[in-house]
Amino acid sequence: MRAFRIVAVAAAAVVLAGCTTSAGHSAPPGADVDLSGQRIEVAAVWSDDEQASFERVLDEFERQTGAEVTYVSGGDELPTVLSTRLVGGAPPDVAIVSQPALVHSMAVDGALVPLDAATDALISEQFRPVWKEWGTVDGTLYGFVFKASNKSTVWYDADQLGEDFVPPADWDAFIDLLRTRSDIGGAPLSVGGADGWTLTDWFENVYLQTAGAQMYDKLAEHEIPWTHDSVRVAMETLGRAFQPQFMPGGRASALQTEFADSVVNVFGDDPKAEIVFEADFVAGVIAESTSATVGQDALFFPFPSVGDTSSVITGGDTVVALTDRPATTALVRFLASSQAADIWVERGGFISPNREVELDGYPDETTRRIADDLVNARNVRFDMSDLMPTSLGATRGDGFWRAMQDYLGDPDRLPQILSDLEAEAGAAYARR
Amino acid sequence: MPTPPAPTPSASSAPAARAAGASETGRRTGALSGGSPRLALLFLTPALVLLLVFLVYPTAYTLVRSLFDARGDEFVGLDNYATAFTDDRTLVALRNNVIWVVVAPSLVTSIGLVLAVLIERVRWATAFRLVMFMPLAISLVASGIIFRLVYDEDPDRGLVNAVAVSVHDAFSQASPYPGVRPREGGGLVAQPDGAMVTTARFGPDAVLALPLTGYDPATLPQQASAAVPAEPGLGVRGLVWLDVGGADDRPGQLDADERGVPGVAVEVLSGGRVVATATTGDDGRFTAPDLPAGDYALRLPAHNFAEPFRGLTWLGPALITPVIISAWLWVMAGFAMTLIAAGLAAIPRDAQEAARVDGATEWQVFRRVTVPLLSPVLVVVLVTLVINVLKVFDLVFVIAPGSAQEEANVLALQMWQVSFGSGGGDQGLGSALAVLLFLLVAPAMVFNVRRFKGDRS
Repeated sequence: MRAFRIVAVAAAAVVLAGCTTSAGHSAPPGADVDLSGQRIEVAAVWSDDEQASFERVLDEFERQTGAEVTYVSGGDELPTVLSTRLVGGAPPDVAIVSQPALVHSMAVDGALVPLDAATDALISEQFRPVWKEWGTVDGTLYGFVFKASNKSTVWYDADQLGEDFVPPADWDAFIDLLRTRSDIGGAPLSVGGADGWTLTDWFENVYLQTAGAQMYDKLAEHEIPWTHDSVRVAMETLGRAFQPQFMPGGRASALQTEFADSVVNVFGDDPKAEIVFEADFVAGVIAESTSATVGQDALFFPFPSVGDTSSVITGGDTVVALTDRPATTALVRFLASSQAADIWVERGGFISPNREVELDGYPDETTRRIADDLVNARNVRFDMSDLMPTSLGATRGDGFWRAMQDYLGDPDRLPQILSDLEAEAGAAYARR
Repeated sequence: MPTPPAPTPSASSAPAARAAGASETGRRTGALSGGSPRLALLFLTPALVLLLVFLVYPTAYTLVRSLFDARGDEFVGLDNYATAFTDDRTLVALRNNVIWVVVAPSLVTSIGLVLAVLIERVRWATAFRLVMFMPLAISLVASGIIFRLVYDEDPDRGLVNAVAVSVHDAFSQASPYPGVRPREGGGLVAQPDGAMVTTARFGPDAVLALPLTGYDPATLPQQASAAVPAEPGLGVRGLVWLDVGGADDRPGQLDADERGVPGVAVEVLSGGRVVATATTGDDGRFTAPDLPAGDYALRLPAHNFAEPFRGLTWLGPALITPVIISAWLWVMAGFAMTLIAAGLAAIPRDAQEAARVDGATEWQVFRRVTVPLLSPVLVVVLVTLVINVLKVFDLVFVIAPGSAQEEANVLALQMWQVSFGSGGGDQGLGSALAVLLFLLVAPAMVFNVRRFKGDRS
């Protein structure tokens, strides 16, 4: 069934991609307007390789329209850069931001320009409906995810787990795998607990499976409290994996391990663990900091399902327009098209949520499978901590991050942790 | 009274001191030369403009901003201050700032004083001073990264734990089976101290089977042989075996190819007291000799299974603030030493000589002569360090891992996180924290400025 669906989608993708490329030459999304001499400024977080790839995408737009696009890298401080420039009255024309919460607050502040009807139609056609919701604030579409990540991948060292290793089919099998590996003296699971966001990603994956997509949406909007029973169930399910004997050095060491170290602990020259969970960008860390090769000894399996549906947690960078010039509109529409995504897809390190992007375009098998899982998952939900007010969902040593760290450190304190988190959430959503 | 050399004012007090100097110079010029006030104004204007633009305006704006909400368009009065004083994080930050102010400057001044006095007497004094001063030339962020590594929990990376582990291992022996734990439901439970105790009580002729797990069967000692269930007989008899690596992997069951664990110490307890001991053989069997009738429990003591010592979690919530203070101490000790050494060079030697002639010991000379003579310098160093401590930010941000950041938090860091941290924040609350920090620094700054004025007149 699943195999059939993939084939069908791939075939559809090939056909559609064929259409867009053949149509693309005659009528690319921005070619109906001549924009020669127009200058557009785009701000995003990307630097280095990612910046180079994105500039290739922009080059294509320049070639088609004659506009001149300047790229500004804001780095991790992009939100601060944007808010400063908005206050100063000189925002960039287009911004690509990682936090939907920021899109929300900028939209509420009136800093964003709604997407035009043509772009809206393009997104409806080429993206699954759920993606559109994340760019919508109070019923108006302000943006779309250009670059997505799949946060439901579990990476393992094939050399350590042996040739006859079969990825666990579900959560019980996953726990059983951890148990058998630890029974023979190993500590299989590397957890990067010094960074709270790795732990919130764990929770989100489990919660989406145990509570379902509707509850997930409610919790993200704080329509149900953190003391809700579904949260406790998800935490306790997760707690089966967060056992001290499964983690190298136990709980205290896990809380001292940063994300990059948690990957190196598995794929480094002196491995301490065998399995690490995080998003697709683990592949980047493996390539950069270890001698393992993604696709050969560094492999992944999808996050083990607790229920019976496949689900994926995603994150991503959302394109928004800050000015209403025709050139801005044209660029935003261009970026929404599969044509723009294809350019970066080929260069690697990029996953597009656009369904018309051809899976064959991805440079390697691993990326293709990650993209396939993401685009075709039954349930896709955005990273919950990104949907929350930043004071709750993205502050080092506070809020959601801190709660997960506290739980990893001492699961017996769960009721207290959840009631504290609920109190903080109440205050944070009230300020929003 | 000897004039201590004007210490380099810290960054935050420098403009203030300069401003004080500037206005004073202006006043004197007017009074002494009777020159035109217009000329004075001309010379003053650049300084005044800079002062207004870069100090007065931002300060005033911060004050005003702290009375508005996150977006900056609604007046909320003192709400931000109320939030600041009811927020746990801010209170922890405030508490840590108090710890810093109480501990760090006095510690650094004392160390600087001792170093200055001692180094004065060695031959290569200048070389020593240079080395001691060097940490100050490294940026605080870089120092933070260095100390993050020094205190890393993994003894393969962290220097402190590497030393702790080698010292520990030199004095105590490693356990034969580190990390072994009882098989769940196998009749044994782990105690908090690491020992394992049987859940059930048994009589004097019991036969026990105790499965263990969590150990690689390949690393069992060579002589370990296939596990054999104990035969009933006289005394408590039993089998301690490694319940993994068998042909079938049935948890809690003795499977073919599973081996005994040799050399495990076994204690038979009666009412909490050890009444008999035994050691397992190569096949994992043990026999505790005849026991009188009664209820017994069995314990496998912790020394069989203790995990190797891995050092302390320096960067955990408990120790994080002392650890960061130690890093700051490393950076600032040279600074204090240099200033104090300069002061030392300026104090009259005859007082010390006279004391020595009168028969004072070196300690008495130091305690009763040198320190009192140096006290003006010491006070200036201390106050400068207090100002420096209140704005500590980078060391905390870099050294504390995310899981301990809340415990390590200080006001300057909290202010930054609230205002700008991850995704644009609440600059109203941030401004309120900035004002709070300003109020805390102000007394120290006023004191220092007064001091400079006093020195000059």
